Amino acid sequence: MTNTPHISVQNLNLYYGTRQALKNININIPDKKVTSFIGPSGCGKTSLLKTFNRLHDSALDVRVAGKVLVDGENIYDKQVEVTHIRKKMGLLSQRPFPLPLSIYGNVAYGPKLHGVKDKPLLDALVEQRLKEVALWDEVKDRLHTPATGLSIGQQQRLCLARGLAVEPEIILGDEPTSALDPKSTHKVEELFLELKNKYTIVLVTHILRQARRVSDYIVFVYDGQIIEFGPTEELLLNPKEELTKDYIRGFFS
Amino acid sequence: MKKLEEQFFKTLMILATLLIVGSFFGIIFTILKKGLPAMNMDMITQIPQGGYYQGSKGGVLNAIAGSLFLALGASALALAASLPIVMYLNVYLKKSSVLGRITRLSFDVLFGIPSIVYGTFAFTLMIYFGNKASLLAGIITVAALVVPVMVRTMDEAFRSCPKELSDAAYSLGATRWETAKVLVLQAVSGIQTAVLLAFGRAIGDTAAVMFTAGFGDHIPSSLASPAPTLPLAIFFQLSSPSEAVQARAYASALILTFIVLVISIASRLLGKRLQKNKTRS
Repeated sequence: MTNTPHISVQNLNLYYGTRQALKNININIPDKKVTSFIGPSGCGKTSLLKTFNRLHDSALDVRVAGKVLVDGENIYDKQVEVTHIRKKMGLLSQRPFPLPLSIYGNVAYGPKLHGVKDKPLLDALVEQRLKEVALWDEVKDRLHTPATGLSIGQQQRLCLARGLAVEPEIILGDEPTSALDPKSTHKVEELFLELKNKYTIVLVTHILRQARRVSDYIVFVYDGQIIEFGPTEELLLNPKEELTKDYIRGFFS
Repeated sequence: MKKLEEQFFKTLMILATLLIVGSFFGIIFTILKKGLPAMNMDMITQIPQGGYYQGSKGGVLNAIAGSLFLALGASALALAASLPIVMYLNVYLKKSSVLGRITRLSFDVLFGIPSIVYGTFAFTLMIYFGNKASLLAGIITVAALVVPVMVRTMDEAFRSCPKELSDAAYSLGATRWETAKVLVLQAVSGIQTAVLLAFGRAIGDTAAVMFTAGFGDHIPSSLASPAPTLPLAIFFQLSSPSEAVQARAYASALILTFIVLVISIASRLLGKRLQKNKTRS
């Protein structure tokens, strides 16, 4: 890796009750690149993603041991405030979940939480973020209508804009296109390619072709372990591990 | 044989449904048939004149006002108590929490306690503190009676909020309290249903107000004055030997039913409007 790591995972183990879902994970996620986690369902790739912004905190019976360093700071350190960590990351989930607010309200929610009160400033912020996700032209005339009136594809881009509005450094995507039609998927993928100039992007995906299209690096996760990690082309064309080979050839999914 | 079984149980289901729907219309029909002849403007615009319960002129405006004050006050007070409980249960406590389970169990038990028990319990307290029956005492007692209904209904609404929604708020850097507010917005139609159910139970309850709210021929003028209520008005009029007064009891029942009906319809309409603002869940 030529880049300095943005997220560095060290000896991370995660347990759901007595079941161990992540086993001794060590990985460095490079700065301002797209890194994709691939692997079969239930392999732990989403669990791993969620450790990055401590979303397991509120879940029951989940125990995390090990370190996750973001900008060199261990986010599982007792002194670290969780909202401060989460503010650094925007999360996109499998299906878009707009807040029960207007389109404007969704984008302005984060900045308002963090103390932006000035109305003209908020207006400008909302416009900037909606333009960043190429949604502005589609919604500028109905900013104050409920966000649920948008199509699923638009909602997912809105959720991305909402995440960007808190000025994160990292975008986490948990299969963010799995509920979208091909056209919207294409738009979101293009966005990722543009956004990686400014943000570190970590994606969970089960679509190999998507991983190939958008990512610089691929991590293959299987049974709670990282099997292989490398630059996209290298890992897909010349996998070193037998398991990776079998997965890419489609022997299991 | 299978077909016969299918037929048999289907018939059973249809009969059960018809029985319930039939009883509903039976009740409405009886109230209308017996109440309508005694229904007039005086009933809803006048308070009882002297000798009203022996058949003199007057109406039940005192009880209409008392019931509305009492049910509104109790619903508002119960909402103020229930919302924090539900927020705490759903946002601050983990789902497996022992405290959460005990709390939910307690509310299930409280839900099943007859209202007369609430009434006598509050009455004992009132005697102890030397208070007289009043609108305020009635409101507090009935609020305690409807809190379990509200908590359980709102709890369901909060639980049905998708986990991803609170995750979304958290990942934007929201604190628990800020996330709780998002969930309130999301659960707003459930909260509204809860308030409506509570209001219906509050306005229809007799036993809890019998000792605590008292009764009187005047519209309650303050929280400290006794509050007449429709269910008690119905009870008193129905116990009269005079048929004319008994007919007025049915007219009062008609008024009570009408109030509940208007409020449920209004709340449905309001709910539809709010629903448009909601995220699908």
